[in-house]
Amino acid sequence: MSAGLHVLGPVDEIPVGEGRAYSVASEQIAVFRLRDGSLRAVSAVCPHKGGPIADGTIDRAVVMCPLHQHAFELETGCSTTGAGPLRSYPVFADGSQNVVVRFP
Amino acid sequence: MTALASRTGRSTPGDTRRRLVVIGNGMAGARAVEEILARGGAVQYRVTMFGDEPYGNYNRIMLSHVLSGEEDAGGIFLNSLDWYRENGITLHAGVRVEKIDRFAKLVFSDDGRATPYDVLIIATGSRSFMPAVEGLYTPGGRLLPGVFAFRTIDDTQGMVSYAQQDHHGRAVVIGGGLLGLEAARGLQSHGVGVDVVHSGGHLMNAQMGPDGGAVLRRSVEALGIRVHTSSRTTAILGGDKVRGVQLRDRPDIECDLVVVAAGIRPNVEVAVTSGLPVERAIVVDDHMRVPDEDEIYAVGECVQHRGEVYGLVAPLWEQAAVLADHVTGADPSSVYLGSRTATKLKVAGVDVASMGLQAPERDTDEHVVFSEPSRGVFKSIVIRDSKIVGATLLGDSRKVAYLTQAFDRGLPLPEERVSLLFDLGGPGDEAGVAELDGDAQVCNCNGVSKQVIADTVKGGCTALSGVMDATRAGKGCGSCKLLVRQVVEWAADGAVAEDPTAAYYVPGVPLEKAALMTAIREQGLRSVSAVFAALAPGGAEDAKSKMGLASLLKMMWAGEYIDERDARFVNDRVHANIQRDGTFSVVPQMKGGVTSPEQLRRIADVADKYNIPMVKLTGGQRIDLLGVPKEDLPKVWADLDMPSGYAYGKSFRTVKTCVGQEFCRFGTGDSTKLGIQIESRFQGIESPAKLKLAVSGCPRNCAESLVKDVGVVAVDGGRWEIYIGGAAGAHIRKGDLLATVDDPGTVTLLAGRFMQYYRERANWLERTYSFVPRVGIEQLRAVIVDDAEGIAARLDEAMQRSVDSYADPWAERNSPFTPGQFRTSLPLEVLPRVPVR
Ligand SMILES: Cc1cc2nc3c(=O)[nH]c(=O)nc-3n(C[C@H](O)[C@H](O)[C@H](O)COP(=O)(O)OP(=O)(O)OC[C@H]3O[C@@H](n4cnc5c(N)ncnc54)[C@H](O)[C@@H]3O)c2cc1C
Ligand code: HEM
Ligand code: SF4
Ligand code: FES
Repeated sequence: MSAGLHVLGPVDEIPVGEGRAYSVASEQIAVFRLRDGSLRAVSAVCPHKGGPIADGTIDRAVVMCPLHQHAFELETGCSTTGAGPLRSYPVFADGSQNVVVRFP
Repeated sequence: MTALASRTGRSTPGDTRRRLVVIGNGMAGARAVEEILARGGAVQYRVTMFGDEPYGNYNRIMLSHVLSGEEDAGGIFLNSLDWYRENGITLHAGVRVEKIDRFAKLVFSDDGRATPYDVLIIATGSRSFMPAVEGLYTPGGRLLPGVFAFRTIDDTQGMVSYAQQDHHGRAVVIGGGLLGLEAARGLQSHGVGVDVVHSGGHLMNAQMGPDGGAVLRRSVEALGIRVHTSSRTTAILGGDKVRGVQLRDRPDIECDLVVVAAGIRPNVEVAVTSGLPVERAIVVDDHMRVPDEDEIYAVGECVQHRGEVYGLVAPLWEQAAVLADHVTGADPSSVYLGSRTATKLKVAGVDVASMGLQAPERDTDEHVVFSEPSRGVFKSIVIRDSKIVGATLLGDSRKVAYLTQAFDRGLPLPEERVSLLFDLGGPGDEAGVAELDGDAQVCNCNGVSKQVIADTVKGGCTALSGVMDATRAGKGCGSCKLLVRQVVEWAADGAVAEDPTAAYYVPGVPLEKAALMTAIREQGLRSVSAVFAALAPGGAEDAKSKMGLASLLKMMWAGEYIDERDARFVNDRVHANIQRDGTFSVVPQMKGGVTSPEQLRRIADVADKYNIPMVKLTGGQRIDLLGVPKEDLPKVWADLDMPSGYAYGKSFRTVKTCVGQEFCRFGTGDSTKLGIQIESRFQGIESPAKLKLAVSGCPRNCAESLVKDVGVVAVDGGRWEIYIGGAAGAHIRKGDLLATVDDPGTVTLLAGRFMQYYRERANWLERTYSFVPRVGIEQLRAVIVDDAEGIAARLDEAMQRSVDSYADPWAERNSPFTPGQFRTSLPLEVLPRVPVR
């Protein structure tokens, strides 16, 4: 994984309240656009049984995996239902409304 | 390794553990093994269990709830088959042990196996006692059809399906004790009229005296159960099947079903044939060991300890712990000294607690009695030397915890005896709970102490439902729920997390369905985000609530609903059913299960073109294309050029039909045509849970209409029967007959009206098989057929609006609704794939 900033594409590619999956420098991440417009990024594969996290349902705090409904905090990646954690990544929209993630 | 294996004669090379064999896989046997494992027994022992019943271990107490339909049979398992596997236990389920060879240390079972043991535990429990009554058995020696014991899952399910058959409207329960009353209450919920025939002078005479029995009788009769005390059953009438019972000196009672609940007898045959000491039951010492047998233990209802044989679960928790202390050597000083039988139960919905003496025995005994028959409350306490030596409490369980402890420990009593019966502003419930010792048992059914509950709360679990899930407290007969709640409140210092979800339609909005619908309508809330903003605490969204709200709003607003795609579950965003590997399944509409060569050809071409890994016929008479990646969905739909079959949503799914009149020589109605009409009308309407329908052309019922959410059967004379609330999945239920009508048009009308009523009234994810019995078929018939509430026209109109707003979701293939709607969220990693056949 290469540390630093990565531009993923226009914010508009992500509908409000949903998530989309991106493959960045051999990492798979799911980026969500909350209803308040802010962004969250976590790893895209559910630690439970590999469910596609980007297809999950979210609110302001958590994402629920579509396969068995484990929930994970969008800020930290920690599971609130006893599954293993997702990784979380800093993410923001730049001046030209592109999604940017930072890899540590 | 081979040398070692042959030297020790063990089947697994290198496994030097001793062999522990358990006969009987019921509540005591499984609990004993749990206790042994908890003491690290897996290091010492390889465990093999034999169980006569072909299942894992289940909570026998809950059979009453299974009988009444409150609980699925699948929901009462304490140890699933996975549990045995995970703990390395070999379970021979459905295998009966016939004999023990104590000298060769072998157990012989009816599958012809001889199993060696180093340590043996007998936990064979008891069975229903069958009194000598004429006509109980057929000449072949089996129970007469319609006669049931009440001991096992199989007994219970047999009773349920027999009670649900047509023309089985009356039942007699022989025995007015705990089990008999539970059976009577359970049968009532299947619409069966019940008489209880009891040979004793009053109900539950093992637990209470005549005064309490009389109050209990009033409460039971108020439920609509007829009670005949001092009545002996002399014969079962019928010959080929039950048609009634004959009583001594009383008129016969006609009935279709008889439940024998006249007591239990320990299963001791194996012990007797094997030469073990048996009196009333298998004799054990204070270590739960069979006398003179170093390696044989026994536990549970099959045991006689210091002359006592127990018939309730509480003693066996204590027995299992002592047994495990010895079997594992964890505590060689541990002894079982017998249990004081303070019983606390819920019988037929009535709280019953009893301990010690039923009535005073000496002139100097004090007797404090309070009786209020109209409320079903009776309290009696026997006091000797200022200590409680007996108590009976009916219909009010508030002082039970305190009294039980006072009885167990001989606590000094307050001067004012009346405060034993009531809280008189003195130390209230709170204080009462605070005074309980840590090891006081709060839930007798599952053996949970106050300490365990308190520790769970301290561990961060402060919601009542969470504590109940974590400890199983309150999940048996339910009589201790109030006490569990008090202990949780006490342990949490008042900071109890309120049970948020119980009554709410969805967890994130604190309103029941009716109130929620009113608020939505009054405030004109047309989108899920608007509902959260207006009605959720702090306006907070809740992921778990979104799908339920989306469904409700679509139902309420139809065409005026503001559809926010993020409120949908992924299935409803992409109109396909997500599979374990993240791919989707595609099921095109095939109305009534009728297709054509053109359609089949197109489906075959699509399957070829997109390399569909599996093509399968569904249970709903359609064709399922499995393993389609999300990004292929629009192309697959385009090539199929068929509408969606809605096999993914909480919605109207499909109408299964039989060939019917057109071709079948038995057919009396055109089932296929009607099925297609129904499916065309109601396709895709959303509902609280999925709806599966069927139409059959005659009572042979080839489309299985009796086990559908709505099932239609053509009967003679061109008439149609409509059944509702059937199911044949995890839960099996025969639908209730809603109406018999003259023409297909009325079928469609009433089916639609029922579905609309269900959509408006049912809880989120409540299938019709729960909804229909909850509301009651009489009530449903009154509303839907007779329009007793004057809402039929409104229901029809609301349904019509939903029908009119139908649009085939697969049309979105041409213009995705959101950017990247069909973009893959895979293949992000190598995932398990469904094998290709
Ligand atoms: C409907 C009902 C409601 C009840 N309600 C309550 C209640 O509210 N409160 C309460 O305290 N108690 C209640 N009880 C009693 C409670 O269920 C029993 O006390 C408890 O199940 C006894 O456990 P056990 O392991 O000794 O026997 P069981 O649970 O009967 O287990 C014995 C097992 O051994 C098997 N077995 C027998 N012989 C053999 C053999 N030779 N080879 C292999 N397997 C064999 C049997 O098939 C059975 O599965 C209720 C019982 C019933 C039937
Ligand atoms: C002349 C009389 C009948 C004929 C010729 C007939 C023939 C068939 C055939 C060929 C099948 C398909 C088997 C398959 O899918 O492999 C079938 C399935 C079935 N039949 Fe019959 N049948 C007859 C009467 C009945 C009756 C009277 C019933 C009901 C009591 C019935 C119930 C069923 C059921 C439940 C199925 C399975 C349906 C499914 O696959 O989902 N049949 N029958
Ligand atoms: S239900 Fe009756 S009409 Fe329909 S196929 Fe079966 S036998 Fe024929
Ligand atoms: S795979 Fe995500 S919850 Fe099971």
